[in-house]
Amino acid sequence: MAHQLAIGSRRGLRPALPLLLPAYLWLTVAIFLPLSAMAFFSFMTDLPLAGKEWSFTLGNYAAFFSQSVYSTLLIASLRLGLEVTLWCVVIGYPAAYVLAKVLKGRSREAIFLLVILPFWSNGLVRIFSWAMVLREGGILDTALNAVLPFKINIDLMYSYPAVIIGLVHSYVPYMVLTCYLTLQAIDDSLIEAGRSLGASRRQVLWRVIIPLSMPGLIAGAALIFVPVVGSFMEPRILGGRTGTFYGTVIEDQFVAVFNWPLGAALSFILLAVVLIILALAAPVLRRAA
Amino acid sequence: MAGVQVANVSRSFGAHKALDNVSIDFPDGGFYALLGPSGSGKTTLLRQIAGFDFPDSGRIAIGGESVERVPVEKRRIGMVFQNYALFPNMSVADNVAFGLSVRGEPKAAIATEVQRALDLVQLGKLGGRKPHQLSGGQRQRVALARAIVTKPRVLLLDEPLGALDKALRVDMQIELKRIQREIGITTIFVTHDQEEALTMSDRIGILRDGRLVQEGPPEEIYDRPQSEFAATFLGDANIFRGDATGSGIKLSDGTTIAASTGASVPAGAKASCAVRPERIRISTGAATAGAGNANVLAGWVSKRIFAGNNSTYFVERDGQTLKVIVQNTGAERLAEGQPVVLSWSPDSTVLIAA
Ligand SMILES: Nc1ncnc2c1ncn2[C@@H]1O[C@H](COP(=O)(O)OP(=O)(O)OP(=O)(O)O)[C@@H](O)[C@H]1O
Ligand SMILES: [Mg+2]
Repeated sequence: MAHQLAIGSRRGLRPALPLLLPAYLWLTVAIFLPLSAMAFFSFMTDLPLAGKEWSFTLGNYAAFFSQSVYSTLLIASLRLGLEVTLWCVVIGYPAAYVLAKVLKGRSREAIFLLVILPFWSNGLVRIFSWAMVLREGGILDTALNAVLPFKINIDLMYSYPAVIIGLVHSYVPYMVLTCYLTLQAIDDSLIEAGRSLGASRRQVLWRVIIPLSMPGLIAGAALIFVPVVGSFMEPRILGGRTGTFYGTVIEDQFVAVFNWPLGAALSFILLAVVLIILALAAPVLRRAA
Repeated sequence: MAGVQVANVSRSFGAHKALDNVSIDFPDGGFYALLGPSGSGKTTLLRQIAGFDFPDSGRIAIGGESVERVPVEKRRIGMVFQNYALFPNMSVADNVAFGLSVRGEPKAAIATEVQRALDLVQLGKLGGRKPHQLSGGQRQRVALARAIVTKPRVLLLDEPLGALDKALRVDMQIELKRIQREIGITTIFVTHDQEEALTMSDRIGILRDGRLVQEGPPEEIYDRPQSEFAATFLGDANIFRGDATGSGIKLSDGTTIAASTGASVPAGAKASCAVRPERIRISTGAATAGAGNANVLAGWVSKRIFAGNNSTYFVERDGQTLKVIVQNTGAERLAEGQPVVLSWSPDSTVLIAA
């Protein structure tokens, strides 16, 4: 019996091998090689460049545990990731719902394009546009003062909210896309069936639509949470002095301090923490989905 | 429990009239079949009654009260969709429990009600399964249990048996009918299977291009169709066209066909006669016109189709092909090409105004 199963599964895999090969080659070159190089660096005292002396050490990892600033920043970054993910759900899910279930034809295409557009624009351009909008005397400030009868000062630039706004704007399309795909797959007759059984619109939303679109919400959250925790561009440009996060510290090690080994070690700690969080969340999320 | 009154309901999609001034009285506790070709407006009518869509004009009342301003969830209807529309993320029991649990009924009460409903559709043991682990017929029964567990006033079924194979379909027809009788619920059943409509319903309404062509008990529609469409859509019919004589019609070749049922058409006006294939006698000898046999035509057999308990003969006569169905009693079979004489009674002939 077990023997037969083994043959069966091997027979199933062999024809698929030529199809899988390009993907695995690409993964090896693009991810595995650089990642192993980084893993190697993270155990070195210094970069092996320009004939510098180096040896193996665990010091880079020890630094994370001996200096509390790193763990404090990591917690701040995790909180940032959580907040941005939540805002993306709050903004992205209703947008996806309207796209999938309310709009039809032309207007759906138009709105869809608007949602995807930030995706296609350069990240830096996007962030600097926000800088122009959010700073004192910027677009938001001027516009609000032109409309409101009293004088207010809006200066969101270089603040935590500015970082949140920039990150949510960058990442919300992921949430819209993943939720749109699952929402669109929900047959309208399921919604009608729920209503014919006496459920109000709100009850249908909570008991039928949200549970059925859970896979999209989870995929979107994972796609957003992980990169946001390690983000550095938005915090640096929009956050200014308040924008020091775990990601910016890692970036500093690579581009400013040239302490690649420490940067690499900090990256791997981040990777481990994120993987642990996802692993802990998996059973809960699987039950919800 | 309540009857449903649909009065002068029209609904257009753009320039297309999906429903055109339809009025039907669905009797309390009755089993009503809506029959019609594809695109005739059956689903559209059902959706107006359910409240998923709203008529441009006309009135709909359930249990005597107008439901114009009543949203779907307050209409107290049960609906079985053509694709069953079971919630894929819930177990069979949770699907059935849905309607009770959104009402906030206590858990223990829900559990007993759900079990009762599942027993009624003979799925008592499958409550723990997910919909994708069920066969088509089982899914259909879950959809039915889910629709009736909330004790709706009206049960709406949109071609619920459409996806099933013939044998399962007949089983489900019997079961559906049994359950409907047991709880005595007003049922509106959409189908485009005429046999299903004939065997299951107390009344039938035939729709065509958004209009109600005819409605009444199955026997009445079958025996006295008021239009060629009704005659040919519900069952098979041989149609003769000619000029009314007062007691039948006269065909272009001078043959008269006597009819003693159907509309009264003034002599000279255009009219047609419909005769069911099984009402015609076929013989090789010279048949004489008698009292019960007033209509006699000669022709020849062009084709014979054997269908087990009966045979269908196609008989050519004056450029027209007539269908005759004969029970297979073991008597001699007629060969193709053989000259025959057809005869039938005026009582079996329905006069239809053109
Ligand atoms: N939402 C809609 N928008 C535009 N046209 C529609 C819509 N719903 C139905 N129609 C049209 O109205 C007519 C009646 O449709 P309906 O679904 O009621 O037919 P039906 O009798 O149920 O047919 P079938 O047996 O194929 O299910 C069809 O011509 C259809 O194209
Ligand atoms: Mg239909």
